[in-house]
Amino acid sequence: MFNRMRNKYTFSKGVDEYFSGIHKAYLFTALFFREAFKKPFHLREVINQCFEVGLKSLALISLTGFIVGIVFTKQSRPSLEDFGATSWLPSLIGIAIIKALGPLVTALICAGKVGSSIGAELGSMRVTEQIDAMEVSAINPFKYLVVTRVIATTLTIPVLALYCSFVALYGSYLNVHAEETSSMISFYQSAFKTISFLDITTSVVKTLVYGFTIGIVGCYKGYHATQGTRGVGKAANQAVVLAMFLIFIEEVIIVQIANWIR
Amino acid sequence: MDKITFEMKKLKQRSINKEDSVISISGLYKSFGDLEVLKGIDFKLFKGENVAVLGKSGTGKSVLIKIIVGLLKPDRGEVVVLGHHVDQLESKELNALRIRIGFSFQNSALYDSMNVYQNLAFPLTMNRKNLNKKEVDEAVEEVLEAVGLTDKLKQMPSDLSGGQRKRIGIARTLILKPEIMLYDEPTSGLDPITSAEIIELINEVQQKYNTSSVIITHDLTCAKNSSNRLAMLLEGKFLKVGTFDEVFDTNDEQVKAFFDYNFIQ
Repeated sequence: MFNRMRNKYTFSKGVDEYFSGIHKAYLFTALFFREAFKKPFHLREVINQCFEVGLKSLALISLTGFIVGIVFTKQSRPSLEDFGATSWLPSLIGIAIIKALGPLVTALICAGKVGSSIGAELGSMRVTEQIDAMEVSAINPFKYLVVTRVIATTLTIPVLALYCSFVALYGSYLNVHAEETSSMISFYQSAFKTISFLDITTSVVKTLVYGFTIGIVGCYKGYHATQGTRGVGKAANQAVVLAMFLIFIEEVIIVQIANWIR
Repeated sequence: MDKITFEMKKLKQRSINKEDSVISISGLYKSFGDLEVLKGIDFKLFKGENVAVLGKSGTGKSVLIKIIVGLLKPDRGEVVVLGHHVDQLESKELNALRIRIGFSFQNSALYDSMNVYQNLAFPLTMNRKNLNKKEVDEAVEEVLEAVGLTDKLKQMPSDLSGGQRKRIGIARTLILKPEIMLYDEPTSGLDPITSAEIIELINEVQQKYNTSSVIITHDLTCAKNSSNRLAMLLEGKFLKVGTFDEVFDTNDEQVKAFFDYNFIQ
């Protein structure tokens, strides 16, 4: 009897916490949009954060993009050979990388690297009262820490995704070139032949949404960190897990919308 | 007579105008969930005086000063700081008031991604946009001189000792020239010599910047040497407010027990 009551209480408390969490996240996002268009804009901090996001992930994105290009080409070649359609390889790679793999790989890497770092940084600032210190110095910590970081991830991740796609295509070209002689220009031309303006737009919109998600989730988790150092680790971890989960959901929704438009 | 005793004497000789309160709190209540922390606090801080709030850990001392500076909202009661009702202010008005209040955190709360210079210049450049680089440098130098750490300009907070971090934390609040200083456990975690230096600094700050201060502490030496009055906060209420001797000579059993325990320690 007592156990059943306790379970019921724990369950209702969990449901309550879940919905109040969603409400809190909604308010946090709404506050971002309210503050983002108000002065002061802290442009220097936005640029600093753009460099942080870009430089932190550049090496990993280069390596991953390059490997993805090579592996995808290696995997696709035998299937196309069976149908005598190896000439379609650049187009296939182009579609796969520009429309899906480039943005997704970049977003997942940045969710891991940038999202966790934002979550941990803001989390540690919260538990060591640095955010309170800003507030009592009449500085708006939300504007200085959250708005600048979210704008930085939203602007930088599309650029990184574009870069990742080009590196992946280069990796793919090297693999194709090793098998059969072809020029880089004709490879890139073939790769882009089947890519429409809508595809590029969809990719850019996708990466903007991913960038925003990574920034806002990282900031939200870090900003509301509690329980000392344990809370900082938890914030960093949850920032990565939640951002990745949301990225996959957004991928499905955006692809669906793009297909409707097409 | 050593320097700290001399400063203390000077502090106690200052005439306090009892009409001129900079902080006035009445009927203040605050709870967190089911836990009632403050249960009807009435308190006044007069211009030019230092008041030490003494009490055991978890009695709501830090909560009190967080309410004064608007970091926490009271459940009930009135908090008037420099003539403004803190809980009724808009965010811009609250920020304007906060510039006039310095808050020294228990763990200093220095921005660990910035060096000492950046830590000190940050609140100034964010609040006074019209200042040029030279004016900012001069202000930083002045407060560093006030806390006696002019050689630490380029150091990162992680390279500083606990006492130095406390001093830089105080310098960061002084840079905005506050009228009220709120110190949260200024001597906690420090050795007796460094504690004495911080107490001396608190007294110097009051003389030089003509501030009124609330010092949250559970350290009797700090309370005695840095304040004009003591306020004993126990179980969410001020049990006794007065000079050190008045509080020390009280018949209240809880206050006596607190003093006895501290002396044994």
